Amino acid sequence: MDRRFPFKVLEHIFSFLDANEDRNSVSLVCKSWFETERRTRKRVFVGNCYAVNPLKVARRFPKMRSLTLKGKPHFADYNLVPDGWGGYAWPWIEAMAARRPLLEEIRLKRMVVTDECLEKIAASFRDFKTLVLTSCEGFSTDGIAAIASTCRKLRDLELRECNVDDLGGDWLSYFPETSTSLVSLDFSCLDSEIKLSDLERLLSRSPNLKSLKLNRSVTLDVLEGLLRRAPQLVELGTGSFSDELDPEEISKLTKALSELKQLKSLSGLWDLLPEYIPVLYSVCPRLTSLNLSYATVQMPDLVDLLSRCSKLQKLWVMDMIEDKGLKTVALCCKELRELRVFPSGADLDEEDVALTEQGLVSVSEGCKKLESVLYFCVQFTNAALVTIAKNRPNFRCFRLCVMEPFAPDYRTQQPLDEGFKAIVERCKDLRRLSVSGLLTDKAFEYIGVHAKKLRMLSIAFAGDSDLMLHHLLSGCESLKKLEIRDCPFGDTALLENAAKLETMRSLWMSSCFVSFGACKQLSQKMPRLNVEVIDEHPPKTRPDSSPVERIYIYRTVAGPRQDTPEFVWTIHKNPEVGVSRLSTR
Amino acid sequence: MITEIEMGKAESELELGLGLSLGGGTAAAKIGGKPGGGGAWGERGRLLTAKDFPSVGSKRAADSASHSGASPPRSSSQVVGWPPIGSHRMNSLAAKSAREEEEAGKKKVNDDEPKDVNKKVQVGFIKVNMDGVAIGRKVDLNAHSSYETLAQTLEDMFFRSKPGTIGLTGQFTKPLRLLDGSSEFVLTYEDKEGDWMLVGDVPWRMFITSVKRLRVMKTSEANGLAARHQEPNERQRK
Repeated sequence: MDRRFPFKVLEHIFSFLDANEDRNSVSLVCKSWFETERRTRKRVFVGNCYAVNPLKVARRFPKMRSLTLKGKPHFADYNLVPDGWGGYAWPWIEAMAARRPLLEEIRLKRMVVTDECLEKIAASFRDFKTLVLTSCEGFSTDGIAAIASTCRKLRDLELRECNVDDLGGDWLSYFPETSTSLVSLDFSCLDSEIKLSDLERLLSRSPNLKSLKLNRSVTLDVLEGLLRRAPQLVELGTGSFSDELDPEEISKLTKALSELKQLKSLSGLWDLLPEYIPVLYSVCPRLTSLNLSYATVQMPDLVDLLSRCSKLQKLWVMDMIEDKGLKTVALCCKELRELRVFPSGADLDEEDVALTEQGLVSVSEGCKKLESVLYFCVQFTNAALVTIAKNRPNFRCFRLCVMEPFAPDYRTQQPLDEGFKAIVERCKDLRRLSVSGLLTDKAFEYIGVHAKKLRMLSIAFAGDSDLMLHHLLSGCESLKKLEIRDCPFGDTALLENAAKLETMRSLWMSSCFVSFGACKQLSQKMPRLNVEVIDEHPPKTRPDSSPVERIYIYRTVAGPRQDTPEFVWTIHKNPEVGVSRLSTR
Repeated sequence: MITEIEMGKAESELELGLGLSLGGGTAAAKIGGKPGGGGAWGERGRLLTAKDFPSVGSKRAADSASHSGASPPRSSSQVVGWPPIGSHRMNSLAAKSAREEEEAGKKKVNDDEPKDVNKKVQVGFIKVNMDGVAIGRKVDLNAHSSYETLAQTLEDMFFRSKPGTIGLTGQFTKPLRLLDGSSEFVLTYEDKEGDWMLVGDVPWRMFITSVKRLRVMKTSEANGLAARHQEPNERQRK
């Protein structure tokens, strides 16, 4: 008797599965489930573009409508990955264009996207709706123009922190007069000026536009006119907020902002002048997300604003907020879930540092729903970390950047081991952690023992020995991404825990004591890992024991990649071949 | 399952190995032990330790005694990629301090300077490539106020391996003198119009508003540009 569910029934059941983690599990049960699942998956996510062959992905998921890809390692954000490393979108775009012309959404992060890619997208996917590029590079505004002009059903065009060759603001005029489908537009990372009339006309004919993020060159005097044409906005990223307005203009702008009854998210606010804070009063009570990280205002003005934001869930701000300002946040923003405090570049040697660990302690006390933190601070104490952990066991993401490397607890001069121990012990749901300050191997022992749900860990200037890495690789069961720089561990831990690396997405190590010989051994031991050495000098000209500058190790079923530049060396599995570059470039 | 003792053995073996690869005699890398301990691995650069970073205020005065002068203390902002702030944000901060400097410097306007001092200068990190070196670098123009400091930084970047940065071309003992045309290399830049020019011809302020990227070029290849540079010298000789 055939005990299998009919395909149609299975298909119906699987249609309720959204999360790819669930779909991945389901596809492992048996062949027929695998088949059914793959035929029904619409949203495909590939966390490392080199982990799998694009053609295979295209073939596996015939109903694919949305593709999300990530390219370069995360540390590329901090200039640790040299230009030309890789992460090219082209092979993916080409494969999808050929096999999946019904693709509607493409989201890329840290990838190299050329104008050719964008033109290919515009030409190949007739129902194309969504393009989101985050931290991408390699294209110009010409490519954007191609998307704008050709994708008739375009809904979302978002360029987030991309490095664009900005040839001018003409691209905006390429949206055809007939296009009315736009829902979100984000060009905040572009430099050049756009033509105001182009934008005004676009807004007037886009009744569905919910999210608009302007670039800095859009001046304050034109904002009112734009807002009048888009009162339905839910998310607004302003341009520069520092130009001089006369009282009448100020009053008009205030009114226009108050008309945005649906507005929940506010960002941009470049160079916000204190005298314009009252202009924002009307939107504050409704805001759930506020990004003040480019607003160069001082604490009293920030307090003025934040004390009115009782519904705030996400706050990004600079350290000018000081401990005092964070106390206000703790009192007034009871719904806060995510806090990021960025450094403003104040001199590290200043005696009276106004943002200390106390600020974060206050917020952890007052904001019971706080679960995600990124906090830059000059120095910290174990006591503060312990208090924070006690207050907020519900942290899912905890990233502390003590800006002075090797800084101990400034009161006790002890390493911050005990503080981070408290964090990982109490926060059982911790998914992401960044550690800093003076840390010995003990800290990593604690992390290995307690952080069982940890998926991503970032480490810099820490630890004493191989034990550090050993604790992490043998202890953190859920670890998927590990990135380490300037830590004194070497080969032993890496080789002892080689099998662990296949359960992870990737491992990045730079300026550590890992030798070239160990890289070779690792690669030979683990067939499904790509061990890539990033080094100016060809490794084979140096002895095996010499340390390599940077290593990127990731699991893959696609084999060594063919597009490595001259400074990336993929270690061959065959010891006789040794090391070479497979690329023909 | 590795025990602590076995790890300890592995550590000392590693110590020996590193010591040997450095050509003996030099202090073997001491891994483990007290914080602030680090290793040396010779000309390729070394692991940064606490000694490389200056104390914060007077609270760390006790540590200043341990600064034996082995290497000049540096601010943590001179380390590549530290603090870990995305480049967009970095550029924005850099532009902000450039504007603040401009505002402070408005009182001292030279004849050299362009008339529109109010123009906002948004300069941040720009790319630098060198002939024969695969890995390009980025330099923060806002950290400099003259050609001399820029040239010095570039020389350090490409020719001398400073701790904490990658020594890209290994050792190079002669001072470089990128600006006076007397060495094997010259410093050139691409301006906003796409032309390649020799660095140093225009006033600094004009330079930073028009530069798009830099290139350290072999003097022999910079022929068309070198001619412009040599003329004044020739005139001087006459």
